[in-house]
Amino acid sequence: MSRIHVTTTINGDETEYLCEAGETLLDVLRDHLDMTGSKEGCGTGDCGACSVVVDGRLVCSCLMLAAEAEGRAVDTIEGMAQGNQLHPLQQKFLEHAALQCGICTPGILVAAKNLLERNPNPSEEEVRYWLAGNLCRCTGYDKIIRAVMDTAADLRGAA
Amino acid sequence: MPKDEYTSRDFKVVGTRPIRPDGIEKVTGKARYGADISAPGMLWGAILRSPHAHARIKGIDTSKARAMKGVKAVITRADFTHQPEDSGMADILDNCMAGDKARYDGHAVAAVAATSKSIARAALAAIEVDYEVLPHVTDVDEAMKTGAPVVEPGRQQESVPEGYCENVTGRSQYGHGDPESGFEQADLIVERSFKTAATHQGYIEPHACLATLDSDGQGDLWVCTQGHYMVRNVCAGVLGLDAGQLRVTASEIGGGFGGKTHVWMEPTALMLARKSGKPVKLVLSRDEVFRATGPTASSSVDVKIGMTSEGKITGATATYRLQAGAYPGGIAFLSAMCGFAPYDLENVRTEGFEVMTNRPKAAAYRAPGAPMGAYPVESVIDELCQKLDLDPLETRLKNAAREGTRSSYGPTYPAIGLEATLEAAKSHPHWSAPLGENQGRGVACGFWFNFGGDTCVSLMVNPDGTVSLSEGNPDIGGSRASMTMMAAEELGVPLDQVRTIIADTASLGQNEVTDGSRVTFAVGLATIKAARHAIEIMKERAAMTWGIDPEAVDWRDGAAHPAGPNAGKFPPMTIKEIAAIASNTGGPIAGHHEVNAEGAGVSFATHMVDTEVDPETGAVKVLRYTVFQDAGKAVHPDYVEGQFQGGAAQGIGWAINEEYIYGDDGRLQNAGFLDYRIPVASDLPMIEPVILEIPNPGHPYGVRGVGETSIVPPLAAIANSVSRAAGVRLTSLPMSPPRVLAALKAQ
Repeated sequence: MSRIHVTTTINGDETEYLCEAGETLLDVLRDHLDMTGSKEGCGTGDCGACSVVVDGRLVCSCLMLAAEAEGRAVDTIEGMAQGNQLHPLQQKFLEHAALQCGICTPGILVAAKNLLERNPNPSEEEVRYWLAGNLCRCTGYDKIIRAVMDTAADLRGAA
Repeated sequence: MPKDEYTSRDFKVVGTRPIRPDGIEKVTGKARYGADISAPGMLWGAILRSPHAHARIKGIDTSKARAMKGVKAVITRADFTHQPEDSGMADILDNCMAGDKARYDGHAVAAVAATSKSIARAALAAIEVDYEVLPHVTDVDEAMKTGAPVVEPGRQQESVPEGYCENVTGRSQYGHGDPESGFEQADLIVERSFKTAATHQGYIEPHACLATLDSDGQGDLWVCTQGHYMVRNVCAGVLGLDAGQLRVTASEIGGGFGGKTHVWMEPTALMLARKSGKPVKLVLSRDEVFRATGPTASSSVDVKIGMTSEGKITGATATYRLQAGAYPGGIAFLSAMCGFAPYDLENVRTEGFEVMTNRPKAAAYRAPGAPMGAYPVESVIDELCQKLDLDPLETRLKNAAREGTRSSYGPTYPAIGLEATLEAAKSHPHWSAPLGENQGRGVACGFWFNFGGDTCVSLMVNPDGTVSLSEGNPDIGGSRASMTMMAAEELGVPLDQVRTIIADTASLGQNEVTDGSRVTFAVGLATIKAARHAIEIMKERAAMTWGIDPEAVDWRDGAAHPAGPNAGKFPPMTIKEIAAIASNTGGPIAGHHEVNAEGAGVSFATHMVDTEVDPETGAVKVLRYTVFQDAGKAVHPDYVEGQFQGGAAQGIGWAINEEYIYGDDGRLQNAGFLDYRIPVASDLPMIEPVILEIPNPGHPYGVRGVGETSIVPPLAAIANSVSRAAGVRLTSLPMSPPRVLAALKAQ
């Protein structure tokens, strides 16, 4: 089976890969590039565990073909911390105990970061609706929402 | 049951809220879950599943699949040449790979291993299965009828009276007194029937494993599971392996809620690895998770309760019929035990029927059986309160079980916390907050047994005086943090001096599955005892160094201190100082503890919820939710609160949205998160957790398990709230908009 050559940027690094025409971006991230922080919870775009940002837009990487990443800039959970410096959202998730099993956490962090970049002062309702595409079965969302709101408040204070 | 474990003390670490030790790797994506690991030369596995609810397998032709490039192994049931003697083990094998017939839509019939996922998928499509479709039954009441299609004959236990369809495999009975005479004393009797739909645990991580199994019988398995010792023992039993030759390592686990206390496909991965001679990674799709891994049982229940006009329950009965799925077993007996457990009753009888159907084998789901045990009982109590104009909290207090109460399922309770949760609910501002139009407030109580079980812990004092703690239960929601805290508390050392790991099956003795809310209780107990064991050794080493009797040494604040009038005036020896000279005082220092932990301490909760019902659409919105639960002692309150909130959220889903929907063809129609809709962030309000702490006599720190009880009250609490908001009693879950609308129109 012939494969497609793709050149793209992932977390700021130029990256090349060969993919099958039917492979998703998530397949390539996880199976070819060993970036397993993005999770496959459903493969149908319903759970958000595979959330990444492509050219600034939040997408489910299970719904995007790997070949479509040609020439794009992809940001994943692996690029969220700067070296050993956690992103404020990551730190707040730890302080608020906003994860139990942790499988949904990378996707929720990626989605929440994208929200705060668009809207630094979201209401609780806005956070809840933005994250409505990210399923969490453990927490009931309470501590997740608090962690996002608290991060937003801190970032506004620091700005 | 040991009751002398608990002693009151001032805690330094326990009860605080430190950041969990496995936190950074879980917020950076580095934590490795079931599907996150690969091996050199690895193949991809995939499973072919029956499209029929019930069908005889007349033949399977795998020749085309085997001939495909990149396909390295194709297996069917014929490859599983070991036939387990134990019927339970034989059922697990048959569920993993169908024998002479497919018993449900999604039942595995063949599997392949190939060099890529796409080749594996193509190979599945090339396998030809010759099915003879058989009549099926997917409803519990239909399956009990005479003449219903029989899932498997010959599995009925002696407990089932004559005259029942063969699908009824078991019957259980509990209670005491004489309900009939109790009903005669009642001023009002309410008798109703209820139904609950099958729901899935809905963990976000599908089942996944990576298997190797060589011709010498040695194997390794990496797997997301709630219990890797169970996986080892079951795989060994199913495949005829020596358990000691199969090492199982638990990955990080992306949720389980009981659904990962079973083996669904691990023997298949091992068989593919054996046949191909290569490591095989097998990851289920979400569709497969829904169709072939355990949902909980659907239920059909009759309840009758008699009450005096003052609110005293005089007699109570319940009959529970639960759907076990395609194999014998089931949890109706647990419903029958739990339904009336919160109450002090003179006359109570319950019975449970386990019923086979052409659905996937029902699995444990958070307090298995208890939610459908409590929902009908708590609903009828609420209706009695409405009709007798009684306060639902006061009425529950009037009937509440307490220390010394003989429970409806047999044992007499030690110190318990039900009254404390009801009193806390009564005095909470939520109880007196105003309600608007189309809004209602519901309350309900719930009970869960909690469990202890086989547990091993090792605690090593390293040469630099730091501590390594090995336990054998996957960390499903912060248990590394709890164990680290309890070890640090007991040793008197800072939290960062202890690191806890989850050992593989070859590195630590047998541990029960992470279930029954057992881990913080039982592994915590073993951790504390392992620390005490290490402390005794360190006291001996200090005594040896000082030349005094070990009895004359105390341990506090992470150091040995001479104690008593004749001990001498030596400066304290810290754990670091003792560890540094361990080689000269007798060798390495390690404590360990092995126990079948008893005294888990039963658990109670009261939930309070406000809902609003849209009269035009029938949609139910949860406005406010408060959980009151006894934790015994909250080791890490954040994660205790998380269990309260998570259980409530799952209960909300069960009550309002979630439902396995089967077509007339016996096939599951909503095997995905789009159509099986678990609560999303915008569906829920904040969920307020109120932790009560009534110490469990069976644990050194008073800990009770907290993981499961929180899913028991929500079904009824929400049903009671909706019924009061809508002005009509709903008796079937989920209370989805069409059902609520129909109930409103029928008024």
